[in-house]
Amino acid sequence: MSTVKLTVNGKAVAVDVEDRTLLVQLLRDHLNLTGTHVGCDTSQCGACVVHMDGRAVKSCTMLAGQADGATITTIEGIAKGDELHPMQAAFRDNHGLQCGYCTPGMIMSAIDIVHRHGGKLDEATVRTELEGNICRCTGYHNIVKAVLDAAGRMKVSQAAE
Amino acid sequence: MYQTTYHRASSVDEAASLFAKGSESKFLAGGQTLLPVMKQRLAGPSDVIDLGRIKELQGVELSGDTLTIKAATAYYDIMTNADVKQAIPAIAYLTSVLGDPAVRYRGTIGGSIANNDPAADFPAALLALGATVKTNKRSIAADDFFQGLFTTALEDGEIITAVSFPVPAKAGYEKMRHPASRFALTGVFVAQTKSGDVRVAATGASQTGVMRVPAIEAALKANWSPSAIDSVTISANGLLADIHGTAEYRANLIKVMAQRAVAAAR
Repeated sequence: MSTVKLTVNGKAVAVDVEDRTLLVQLLRDHLNLTGTHVGCDTSQCGACVVHMDGRAVKSCTMLAGQADGATITTIEGIAKGDELHPMQAAFRDNHGLQCGYCTPGMIMSAIDIVHRHGGKLDEATVRTELEGNICRCTGYHNIVKAVLDAAGRMKVSQAAE
Repeated sequence: MYQTTYHRASSVDEAASLFAKGSESKFLAGGQTLLPVMKQRLAGPSDVIDLGRIKELQGVELSGDTLTIKAATAYYDIMTNADVKQAIPAIAYLTSVLGDPAVRYRGTIGGSIANNDPAADFPAALLALGATVKTNKRSIAADDFFQGLFTTALEDGEIITAVSFPVPAKAGYEKMRHPASRFALTGVFVAQTKSGDVRVAATGASQTGVMRVPAIEAALKANWSPSAIDSVTISANGLLADIHGTAEYRANLIKVMAQRAVAAAR
């Protein structure tokens, strides 16, 4: 057992876990943050994507111990109170989800994509960059529309801050 | 996953001594291969020694005609590094088609070559560019480092610290990506050294892992152009065959990818 200390969605936490615990297990089973999903559990589907120190990573492919000292943001940590994150709002407005299982990972990856590409995003880039996130119901079309829509909204909301 | 004990090392020396204390230790870099393997219970190390936060293993240095990438530098940091893009753009490109964005944030060059997956990308770059693998004990030429499927010249407990690449006159990489895993169904790295020599390495093709392709090297040495490869014949003997492609298909892919790599080389 080890004590893993990290900041999750702005809150400092210390959790005693077995050393073999994955980051996603720490988030879901110990902190009850069940918005982060386990889809394939083989590093391919991206449902478990969270941000660690600002980078979108697959939390099923990291030991909790590797995240010790890091700042983690999950899907639960991106809205401001009742106000959805622009990416969440864009997914809702563009019908970018059906069953919703992949959505938390999609949104966390998509925010990272916008951060890296800013206003230079085009459809081809979004499609290429989403290759690590698998959706089995939307056909991706509305997801891509949502990400492009959100890229514009995030630019506006950044400019307003 | 079996029980294990996790250690985070703060220096290479500390990592080596932690490794020696465990009964069946494993080094962990980005974990994008080791952790899936441990989750499937195909590996059950007693101790996992994390190299990911060791400062001396991070970063890129360009000094004269040598580009050095420290072992625990993540693919994303290689892909976006200004020195890499300027000195050997083919390496920046290779990292951009490796895995997916989340994998590229975590996976490292040292982890890739230590694992030596027969379809991994970086072994082809090291072999074609004639790179040198630096460890905490010695320097190993890429020609001697890769020794077959998942096998390298590394001794038990030896830690890769960096890879040094001689900056080539021109280099290019192209691969046929497996659509699900993004591993190379076959990938070819071509390099023309500043002294005019040509080295070509293929990954994802041979049953014994990354390999040089002497026939294409000879053709390109005589005439550095994609058409020079037209008349080369690649034997399917000893090439991988699976549900994704026959040995004959991969033999043809070696030619096609080599031609595309030459066309893309700069």
